[in-house]
Amino acid sequence: MAVDRETVIRVARLARIQVPEGDLDTLAGELSNIIGWVEQLDEVDTDGVAPMASVADMNLRWRKDEVTDGGVRDKVTANAPDPQNGMFSVPKVIE
Amino acid sequence: MTIANARDALSAGEVSARELTEAHIAAMEAARGLNAFITETPERALADSDASDARRAKGEALGALDGIPLAIKDLFCTDGVQTTAASHILEGFVPPYESSVSANLRASGTVMLGKTNLDEFAMGSSNETSFYGNVENPWRRDGDNRPLVPGGSSGGAASAVAARLCLGATGTDTGGSIRQPAAFCGIVGMKPTYGRCSRWGIVAFASSLDQAGPMTRSVRDAAILLGGMAGFDEKDSTSADMAVPDFEVALDGGAKGLRVGIPAEYVVDGMNDETVALWEQGKAWLKDAGAEIVDISLPHTKYALPAYYIIAPAEASSNLARYDGVRYGQREDGSDLTEMYENTRASGFGIEVRRRILIGTYVLSAGYYDAYYLKAQRVRALIARDFTQAYEKCDVILTPTTPGPAFAMGEKSDDPIAMYLNDVLTVPASLAGLPAISVPAGLSGDGLPLGLHLIGRAFDEETMFRAAQALEDAAGFDARPAQR
Repeated sequence: MAVDRETVIRVARLARIQVPEGDLDTLAGELSNIIGWVEQLDEVDTDGVAPMASVADMNLRWRKDEVTDGGVRDKVTANAPDPQNGMFSVPKVIE
Repeated sequence: MTIANARDALSAGEVSARELTEAHIAAMEAARGLNAFITETPERALADSDASDARRAKGEALGALDGIPLAIKDLFCTDGVQTTAASHILEGFVPPYESSVSANLRASGTVMLGKTNLDEFAMGSSNETSFYGNVENPWRRDGDNRPLVPGGSSGGAASAVAARLCLGATGTDTGGSIRQPAAFCGIVGMKPTYGRCSRWGIVAFASSLDQAGPMTRSVRDAAILLGGMAGFDEKDSTSADMAVPDFEVALDGGAKGLRVGIPAEYVVDGMNDETVALWEQGKAWLKDAGAEIVDISLPHTKYALPAYYIIAPAEASSNLARYDGVRYGQREDGSDLTEMYENTRASGFGIEVRRRILIGTYVLSAGYYDAYYLKAQRVRALIARDFTQAYEKCDVILTPTTPGPAFAMGEKSDDPIAMYLNDVLTVPASLAGLPAISVPAGLSGDGLPLGLHLIGRAFDEETMFRAAQALEDAAGFDARPAQR
C-alpha cells in the first residue's frame, strides 16, 4: 500500500517526531518502497499459524512483591535535562 | 596475539596486564583515523590493569580473562562512563549503573579500553548512521585506497579487533550486527542463543531479537570471551536459567561425525561468485574433517528479511518511545509538552532511526496491525519451524555470512532496501533465536575478507563451536588488514 503525505503526517504525530514540510514527500516515497517490499509476506499461507512474539519458550518468573531497589533519587535524576528540586520537569500541562 | 596467547603469557609472568594495556592504548590512539571508538577510557584501563596485576601478584587471579584489554560497544551501559548508542539524543548520558554483561566482564577482571562506535541505536549495516561519524574498515581493496565500511552495527568493535586495538570486543546482534561486520573485517563474531547473555543494561533496539556476543580474532577467543559474558540474570525476564558450559573445552570435540546441513534456499540473488566458491570450499573442509554434508531445506528463508523489517522496527518504535527529553538525554524546547517531545525526537534521532520508528509506528497502528505485524509474527513462527525440522536431519548449518565483501562508503547509503539485503543470510537465525558464528575463511579477488557462517541448535553453542574450530583450522586465515 502506498504511503501518502497525510499518512506520514499522521504516523509522525503518533511517533511524536516533528517532520519538516519539505521532507514529507521523500519520506512518503521511502516508506512506500519499504512497505511495498515487506508486502511480499502476503504470498505466505499463514492460516492456522500462531504468531510468535518471542523465541524464549518460558513463562515469566514470579518473585516476591517486595522492594528490591530504590532510595537513589539523585542518581535517577542526574541525567535529566532540567531536574528541579529532585524531580523531572516538563513544560506546563495545565493552566 | 589472541586472548588465549595473552592469558598464557600473563599466567607465565611473561607480560603484565599493565604492559598489555599500555600497548593497546597506544594502538588505539594511533588508529584514531578509523573512528572505531566514541569514548576512550585510558585512565580506567590503566587502573583496571593495575588491579589485575595486583591480584595476580597475590595469587588471586580471577581466571582466563583477568587482565585482558577489551573494547565495549557503546550500547552497553557503563557505570560512570558516557553511553550514547551512537545517537545525539543520548549525548552526555552517563549511566549510574552497569549492564549485566559488562558487569560480568568486570567481575572476570577484564580491562575496559573504551566504548566503540556503532550505527545509531544499532540500526544499520555499514556504521554510516552514527552521530559520531563513520567507522572505517582497516582493510583496503588491493591497489585501491578508498575507505570501506566495516559493516554494522558493531562496526567500531569489528574495526578495533581487526586493527589490533584490543584483544576482543563485545558486540550486539539483532539481525546480523555481530556477524556481518565480523565477516567484513576478517574476524570471528558470534551471536549466542537468545537468552544466553543478559540484555539488562543494553540500550534496547528490538527486545525479542537483541543478543550480546563476542567479537575476537579466533574461535577459541570467542569461546573464552562468551564464557565471561554469559549467565543467568534475574533482571532480564528472558534470560535463560541454565548453567554456562565451558565453551573452550567444546573446541576439542572436532567435526568428526557432525551432520552439516546446507540449505538450498541460501543461494540468494546477488550473491558474489567468490562467496559461492568459498561456501563449496567450506563444505569440503568440513567433509575432510570427518563431517557429513546433508542437503536441507529452509523453505521460508526468502521471507525472513521482510518479516524482520516489520518486527524489528515495530519493537524499536516501542522501545525508543522512552527518549522524550524528560528523564535523560537531549531536550529541545517547545511551546507545550507534545511540541517539546516532537522537537526533541526530531533533532535527537538521525534519518535511519526516524525512518524505522515511522515504519514501526505504521505497522503497529490501528487498521494495519493485523496485516503487517501479526502477519510477520506468523511468518516468524514458520521460519523457526523450518529450523526445527531441519535439525531433525543435521546438527549444524553452514552458509556464507554475507552475499559479498565490504563495500565502499556511500555505496549503498541512498537505498535502504539494498542496505537491508546485507543481512539476508544472518536474519533467519536471529528470528529463530539460534546461536550463529561468522568465521573468516578466505579473501575475495580484490583482497577482502569473506566469512563462513554456522548456525547451531538453541543452547547448543558447543556443537557450533566444534564445527567453527574445524573451519578455522582448515581455512588457516592469516591475512592482515592494510592498517594493523
